Amino acid sequence: MHDLAQQIVSGLAQGSIFASLALALVLIYRAMGIINFAQGELAMFTTYIAWQLVQMGLPLWLAFALTVLIAFAGGVLLERIVIRPVERANQLTVVIVSLGLFIAFNGLAGWFWGYIVKAFPTPFPTTPLQVGGVAFSAQDVGVIVVSVITLGLISLFFQKTKLGLAMRAAALYPDQSRVLGIRVGWMLALGWGLASAVGAISGIMIAPVVFLDPNMMQSVIVYAFAAAVLGGIESPVGAVVGGLVLGVVINLLGTYVDWIGNELRLAAALAIIVVVLVVRPAGLFGRVTVQRV
Amino acid sequence: MPRPSAGMVTRVAIAVAIVALLPLVVPSFLVFDLIYVAAYAIAILGLIILTGMNGQISLGHGAFMALGGYVVAVLAHRAGVPFWIGVPLAAIGSGIAGLLIGLVALRLAGVYLALATFSLAVATPSFLKHYKSITGGFDGLPLDPVQAPSWIPLDGQHWLYYVAWTVAGVLFLASALLVRGQFGRALRALRDNPIAAVSFGVNPYFYKTLAFGWSAVLAGVAGGFLAIPTAYVSPDTFTSALSITLLIGAVLGGISTFWGALVGGIVVEFLPLVAQQINAAAPSVVYGVALILVMMFLPDGIVGGVLRVTLRFRRPPPQPALESSTQPAAPIAVSPQPRE
Repeated sequence: MHDLAQQIVSGLAQGSIFASLALALVLIYRAMGIINFAQGELAMFTTYIAWQLVQMGLPLWLAFALTVLIAFAGGVLLERIVIRPVERANQLTVVIVSLGLFIAFNGLAGWFWGYIVKAFPTPFPTTPLQVGGVAFSAQDVGVIVVSVITLGLISLFFQKTKLGLAMRAAALYPDQSRVLGIRVGWMLALGWGLASAVGAISGIMIAPVVFLDPNMMQSVIVYAFAAAVLGGIESPVGAVVGGLVLGVVINLLGTYVDWIGNELRLAAALAIIVVVLVVRPAGLFGRVTVQRV
Repeated sequence: MPRPSAGMVTRVAIAVAIVALLPLVVPSFLVFDLIYVAAYAIAILGLIILTGMNGQISLGHGAFMALGGYVVAVLAHRAGVPFWIGVPLAAIGSGIAGLLIGLVALRLAGVYLALATFSLAVATPSFLKHYKSITGGFDGLPLDPVQAPSWIPLDGQHWLYYVAWTVAGVLFLASALLVRGQFGRALRALRDNPIAAVSFGVNPYFYKTLAFGWSAVLAGVAGGFLAIPTAYVSPDTFTSALSITLLIGAVLGGISTFWGALVGGIVVEFLPLVAQQINAAAPSVVYGVALILVMMFLPDGIVGGVLRVTLRFRRPPPQPALESSTQPAAPIAVSPQPRE
C-alpha cells in the first residue's frame, strides 16, 4: 500500500509537469488554433538559461524568477517576429514554422551549452517527507505545490483581471474585440509570453529529474500532447486534469504492468492520443463541435 | 495531366545522364553520400505526394523508414535474405502498415494528424529498443556488406549506387504515372476542397488511404537503402529527427513538385555535412532558420524559387512548365475551429 501511495504521488508530480506544459499548449491553441510543436524546446532552452544564471552565482529561486520573466519576454518576441507573419497562412505553413522553431532552439541549446548531459540543482530539500508512515520525495511534493500555485495564478489572471478578460475575448471573438478597442495582436503575443513562461516552469521542475540536455523535453512534449488531447485541447481545466490523470496512469502502468515497463510508456501516451482523437476528438472537457457543410 | 512536354523529357534525360555519369567523376566517399541522397529523395517523394499533393501532414514517416530498414536488416541478419528480396518485402510491409495507419488518419484532420504522427516519430526508437529479441535492441543489427555480382565489374559501393538510383528512378516514374490523370486530380481536389470533391463523387477514404499507403511504400524502400550502405541499423538511425528531416527536405526542396524531392534529398544529405564544419549544432540551427525563412519568402522551396526566376527571363510559355507547381499551397483539411 505504501508503495502504491508513493507511486501515485510521484505520478501526480510528473503529471503536474505534463499539466503545465499541456496548459501552455492549450493557451496557444485557444488563442490561435495552432499547436506549438516548439513548446517543449522553448521550455528546454529557458531551463538552460536558468542553469546558466545559477552557474553565474545567482540563488536558485532568483534564477527561477528571472528565467520565467525572460521566457515571457522571449515568447512575446517570438510571436511578434516569427508567428505574426504566418498567422493567417494555412495550417501546414504554421506547423512547419513551429517545427522550424523546434529545430532551431534544439540546435541553439546544443551550440551554446553542448550535448553533454548536465545535472540541474533541485530547489527542494532532499530529505523525504514523512506522512502517516509513508516517505514521499520532497521533490515530488514541491513540484506539485509549484504547479498548483502556477495553475492557480493563471486561472486567477484569466478570471479576475481586465487583461485576462481581454485576452479571452481576443481569443474567442477577435473581430468584435477589435471593435471594442482591444489590441488583439498584442493579446496573442501576451498569450505566447504566458505559455512560454508556464513552459519554463515545467522545464525547471523536470530538469532535476531527467537532467539537462537539449533533447530532454522531446518525450515530455509527447506526454503533454497526450494530456492536452485527453483533456480536450481547448480546455485549460482539461489540460490540468488530463496531465494529472496521465501522470498517474503512466506511472502505474510503467511500474506494475511488466510488459510495458519503462520503454513502452511513450507508446502508451501515443496510444492514448490516437484512441482519444479517434473515439472522442473533443477529449474529456472539450466542446463537441458540429461542422456545417 | 497532358503528355510530358519536350522540356520535361529533356530535363529528365539530363537528370538521368548526370546520375549515371556522376560516380565516374566524383571521389568514392561522395558515392557513399549519393546513395543516401537516393534514399532521402525516395522518402521525400512520398511526403510530397502525401503532404504536398493530398494535404495530410505527416511528421512520422521516419517510422515507416524504420520499419523498412528493420525488415531488410532482420531478414538479412537472421535468415541471410539478400537485399534485393529484402527491399521489396520492406516495401510491402511498410505499405501495409501505411494503409492501416492511413485508415486511422482518415479520422484525424489537419493538425491533429501532425500531432499524432509526431508522437509516433518520437515513440519509434523506444519500440525498437523494447522488442530486443527481434531488433537487437539498443545495439542494433549488423548486415553483410553488399557485394556486386561477379559478372559486374564494379565494387560493392558503386554497384549499390546504381541499384539505389535505378530503384529511385523506377519509383519516381511509377509515382509520376500514378499521380497523372484521375488519381492526382482526386488527391489535389481532396486537399483543396474536400466537400466539393466528395460532391463530385471522389471517394475520400479510397484516395487518402491509398496516398498514405503509397507514401509508406516509398518510405519503406528508403529505409532499406538507409540501412544497406552502412550495413548496420540501430534505433539511433531512426530518431524523431529523421522524420523531421524528411519534412525539411520536402519543404526546402519544394513541396509542390517531384523535382523538390531530388533537391530536398541533396539538401538534407549535404547541408549537415557542410554546416557541421562550423559546429556540431549548426545543422539544426540552419535547418530551423531556413524552414522559417522559406515559409515566409519562398513557399514553393528551392525548385519553386528557381522556376520563378527562370520564368521571369523567358517569354510567356504556352503552358506552365511543371503542371503540379501551378497549384498554390492550399489550406489543409478543415479541423474543429477553436473560435466560436
